[in-house]
Amino acid sequence: MGLTFAQKVLAKKAGLSSVAVGQIVDIEPDYCMSHDNTAAIAKTFAKFGVEKVKNPERFVIVLDHTVPASTEEYAKGHKEIREFVEKQGIKAFYDAGVGICHQVLPEMGYALPGSLIVGSDSHTTAYGALGAFSAGVGRSEMAALYATSKIWLKTPASFKVQVEGKLTEPITSKDLVLKIIGDIGADGALYKSVEFAGEAVEAMSLSARLVLSNMAAEMGAKNGYCAPDKKTFAFLEGRAVAEYTPVYPDPDAEYERILTYDALQLGPQVAKPHTVDNVCPVEDVEGTKIHQALIGTCTNGRLEDLRLAARHLEGKKVAKGVRMLVLPASQEILIEALRAGLVEIFARAGALVLSPGCGPCLGAHQGVLAAGEVCISTANRNFQGRMGSNEAATYLASPATVAASAVAGVITDPRKARRGGGA
Amino acid sequence: MIEGKVWKYGDDVNTDVIFAGKYTYKPMTPAEMAEHALEDLDPTFAKGVKPGDIIVAGTNFGCGSSREQAATCIKAAGVAAVIAVSFSRLFFRNAINEGLPVVELAGGTSMIAKDDKVQIDFEKGVVTHKGKEYRFPALPKEVLAILNDGGLIPHVKRALAKT
Repeated sequence: MGLTFAQKVLAKKAGLSSVAVGQIVDIEPDYCMSHDNTAAIAKTFAKFGVEKVKNPERFVIVLDHTVPASTEEYAKGHKEIREFVEKQGIKAFYDAGVGICHQVLPEMGYALPGSLIVGSDSHTTAYGALGAFSAGVGRSEMAALYATSKIWLKTPASFKVQVEGKLTEPITSKDLVLKIIGDIGADGALYKSVEFAGEAVEAMSLSARLVLSNMAAEMGAKNGYCAPDKKTFAFLEGRAVAEYTPVYPDPDAEYERILTYDALQLGPQVAKPHTVDNVCPVEDVEGTKIHQALIGTCTNGRLEDLRLAARHLEGKKVAKGVRMLVLPASQEILIEALRAGLVEIFARAGALVLSPGCGPCLGAHQGVLAAGEVCISTANRNFQGRMGSNEAATYLASPATVAASAVAGVITDPRKARRGGGA
Repeated sequence: MIEGKVWKYGDDVNTDVIFAGKYTYKPMTPAEMAEHALEDLDPTFAKGVKPGDIIVAGTNFGCGSSREQAATCIKAAGVAAVIAVSFSRLFFRNAINEGLPVVELAGGTSMIAKDDKVQIDFEKGVVTHKGKEYRFPALPKEVLAILNDGGLIPHVKRALAKT
């Protein structure tokens, strides 16, 4: 019997010829990522009585969750992080505005095929889109990594999600992954390594694959893998910080479960409040009044997401009573969006274009919700109270559905919405 | 062996309702975190919880964010252990690393109700409730070693002291 992607990467990193499902291995990750929580991690690290971070070149720190600082407390945390990276000689530090960690690591060439990355953020699963094994860890574990460079990982069993057909606009990988999460539940892939495969995944852009791998966290998965291909290698050209060797599962690998989807049968999907697996076709919630619409986050803040949203906003106005927020996932994307004229389209439509960062996704700042308000968002989580008031509600959807809804003022099927540009 | 009074919750108790995102980047002591424990799920919990109480829940406990404070605030509130049908992998790791015992009763927890008494025997791997015994698998030795040291920080300190 062949080996899965997870087995092969973990065996390689542990220096073993193979590992069995359930086997615990001690490994040294290639890269370890942390963000604004580095301030707290640095304090924990101090408790070890170790002066210097072991292998500072393996740590990547990105300020994104509360940037620019909206409170004195956040500002203090950021200042402590700047001092920490300076003192420890951590060169891979990306200050406020460069982008969201899960966009910055691929852009800056750290997320490499066949590599192993851990991050003190649950959506670290994202780098699987480039063929990395990447998983979230906690703050204490990151502090321990500063001291030892090592972490234990249990070899997960694997699921394969086989997607045939092809996604066609306005249906996106967000609709696909919401459908999968709705079907299997928020714990449907608990502790599993999920491999996304099939012609629809092969046909997808890297940006679209990043949505799948990012949202793998929302089905409970440890990591979410897409086989690296020409698109991956082309993206990494001139970016990769090191040489890399892609890792592919054996054709006869053993999967605990295989799920099959047909992309052609898929319509727009929406996750209703307050869980990500509370998914329905958009038709079931059409007409629901909204107060805020959010395009952005580590899930859907990339150029193709902004383009898709802009096609629904061009020459239109955001409905009265709706605040529309657009947050490009990185400075690089912001520049591309400026060049492509997308920022002007958003501004003319009355949307607020905000600086790259996580923004209101976690309710920290830049557009939190009041009691009784409803938001439709391209983010990955809609838990009660997450975006502000405990009595607010968040619906999750694709950029097309969010943009079409912002124009209408109510949740709208993007297939029925009249596109902008005088069409 | 521990015995405690039960706080009972359902499936998919997520990290935002255990410890809200608006607090995650504020520096707080564990005791301050405990004041906000389970705030958006059960506003009576933080005031009513007594040292040694046990949380019992359904599937996928602690799903969502990687925020370790979800485990820290529960531990600091005095909770002796969390029993669930299953845990999110991040909460599971964070709980062990914070020295908070987690017990997986895969067969279900629906027989246990709020304010019931349960006993947990970690050595035997048995939960006792109303005279009935329910077995749970022992933690892997690597994981147990962390828990027995009182969490990851003391565990790593010990390991560093040896080298």
